[in-house]
Amino acid sequence: MIDLHFFVEIIPTLLSGLPLTLQLAGLSIAIGFALALLLALAQQGNHRMLVWPIRAFVAVFRGTPLLVQIFLIYYGLGQFRPTLQAVGLWWVFREPYWCAIIALSLNTAAYGSEILRGAIQGVPRGLVEAASAFGMTRIQTLRLVVLPLALRQAIPSYSNEIVLMVKGTSLASIVTLMEVTGIAQGLISQTYRAVEVFVAAGAIYLTINFAIISALNALETWLTPYRVRA
Amino acid sequence: MKFNRLAAVAAALSMFGFMHTALAEDAPKAITIATEGAYAPWNFTNADGELDGLEIDLANNLCERMKVKCTIIAQDWDGLIPALKVGKFDVIMAGMFITPKRLETIDFTQPYAIDPGGFAAAKDSDLGKLGASTEKFKLDDEAASKAAIDKLKPLLKGKVVGVQAATAMLEFVKKYFGDTVEIREYKTTEQHDLDLAAGRIDAIFAQKTALAATLAKPEFAGFTVAGPGFVGGLFGAGTGAGLRKEDTKLKQMLNDAISAAIADGTIKSISEKWVKTDVTPVK
Amino acid sequence: MTDALHILSLGKGGWGGALLLAAGVTFALSVLGFLLGALFGAVAASGRLSTRVVPSRLAKGYGTVFRGVPDLLTIYLLYYGGSIALTEIGKFFGSAGFVGLPTFATGVLAIGIISGAYQAEVYRGAYLAVDPGQFEASKALGLSRFQSLRLVIIPQLMRHALPGLGNVWQLVLKDSALISVIGLVELMRQSQIGAGSMREPFVFYLAAAALYFLIAAVTGSVFRYGEARAWRGMVHA
Repeated sequence: MIDLHFFVEIIPTLLSGLPLTLQLAGLSIAIGFALALLLALAQQGNHRMLVWPIRAFVAVFRGTPLLVQIFLIYYGLGQFRPTLQAVGLWWVFREPYWCAIIALSLNTAAYGSEILRGAIQGVPRGLVEAASAFGMTRIQTLRLVVLPLALRQAIPSYSNEIVLMVKGTSLASIVTLMEVTGIAQGLISQTYRAVEVFVAAGAIYLTINFAIISALNALETWLTPYRVRA
Repeated sequence: MKFNRLAAVAAALSMFGFMHTALAEDAPKAITIATEGAYAPWNFTNADGELDGLEIDLANNLCERMKVKCTIIAQDWDGLIPALKVGKFDVIMAGMFITPKRLETIDFTQPYAIDPGGFAAAKDSDLGKLGASTEKFKLDDEAASKAAIDKLKPLLKGKVVGVQAATAMLEFVKKYFGDTVEIREYKTTEQHDLDLAAGRIDAIFAQKTALAATLAKPEFAGFTVAGPGFVGGLFGAGTGAGLRKEDTKLKQMLNDAISAAIADGTIKSISEKWVKTDVTPVK
Repeated sequence: MTDALHILSLGKGGWGGALLLAAGVTFALSVLGFLLGALFGAVAASGRLSTRVVPSRLAKGYGTVFRGVPDLLTIYLLYYGGSIALTEIGKFFGSAGFVGLPTFATGVLAIGIISGAYQAEVYRGAYLAVDPGQFEASKALGLSRFQSLRLVIIPQLMRHALPGLGNVWQLVLKDSALISVIGLVELMRQSQIGAGSMREPFVFYLAAAALYFLIAAVTGSVFRYGEARAWRGMVHA
């Protein structure tokens, strides 16, 4: 029933999509994290003009499917070429690669900012007060006290988000990008052996995500040396 | 207990064997036909959400002739053959070419249409300046088709060509232009049409009738069908209805119905209604 | 934009009705998938909490696989693999033909399996959050194991589980869009069909986004109301 030879044959083909999958995931997670941090910090100030638009952005990107976001950004904005050309942004939206990166980054930034906002709020108030009693400036407090603690606190939730993003890159094939899932679909159209191909592709994603979770677990343990392992 | 289970398996197997032969001889009373529903004018979904187009008309006509109750459903293009194989439906009528490669996996009826593949591009591009041509090259005639392809190659050098994934069109572009162009694979032809209009790609390669339908829309005023059409070879014998290899009775029924529809001019009139030309296969 | 209004109108030639109907399918698909997921999740959570090795490993493996593999692949796998499996089972019982799982059922099953993996984590966490003293107290009151679960533990467990379940529900709602790839005409597929035939992708995907957002917002407030009710009379820590 299970044809091992077939798996051995298709895995190298599937792996040829791995660099693109990792690139899409890596770049959008990095950009998304930077944006998420900015959005989370911007909401600390409680300026209404700043907080409301951010809340709206977060609500929209968390409240709609990533698939819709990708379609809207790629095919939807493709309709507005003259306008995008006029503002000099067409070169970005022309490329499926950048459209996918934009959609994935904005999506993860929305989720990430909520995780980081919660983590920043979770830093005990006494620590912030102690820092200012030491004569630290607000920036110093943020950089030396609040962020290190908040980021460590956020690792478990954020690693979930990273796994969701790696999974999310599988949607890039709908905008013509040939990452692992796109290649899997191509293989199926050549072999018509859908089940075997999807199992093999699934195993690749599972391996990536397993590696990510293990690495982040190790990072968390390393950052909390005082915590005795249960 | 063990013995009983064994007996049950044996009984089930023998019953299966019996029923299988019975199935092959019985004429089906109801079948499900799958189409893509995103390939105007062959098959598409209209504003009321209903399937419409050349193949929908033809399917209804064939079912009437076969006196079989038909249900027509839509299914993503790249899932059609895998889903047929696992029994999601019985027949594919989705502008699918009877290619040698597909014949390894599934069976086809005789062709009910022949429609060449061709390029479309912006009128002011090198390729577009060729304009539409009614010339047709048989890929089986290697010398003539190679000459035609070599004429197109310099015009396409380094261009981005959109083509639907899992199609003979894609195989064609890969085989003959793979070293010349950058290929982008789309789930539906509608999507590569949108990207051609948006200027993300320089050309598309598709069935000529589908190209003509797309280019008739106002937003494609600046685009044209470009160069000759290609048939035969990896495009196979034409467009046919796909079915599972074991459904021999159904194949025979469909073949008879198609022959009748060709003979009495039904296919000609349906095709002129939808694609403005006659795509009836010439015997 | 009068064009867009015309396209999305509820009248003849407009796609408004079709989109609303498809949104209904999305909602039904999500609700049923979520409920099936609650069942899978509860079973998996009790497996994880079990002290025996096999159920615990199985439940852990289930969670790891379905949270680690792209949902798109799980859906495809069930769609193609499900029919093959069903056909084999059918053959065993003497049916000669193909046995197909309808797309809606496949969708519900896929969402059930995927969301079950996430719900299991939520239930497990909530169970562990219930004070162990509560078990002992209900035992001291002479309640049977089943009674103490039903009357004491589950009400408190739900209190801890609701925020997590709210998140999983939002995930489910958005995952339901992926069911479009197997041909079920829910909101995403209906918008794709509309975008393709009217060549107005922006209008249709924007309308789809708005409808998803609306469903997410309304159901989200239902969850918040439930949470408030579950905690009534309690002071938040």
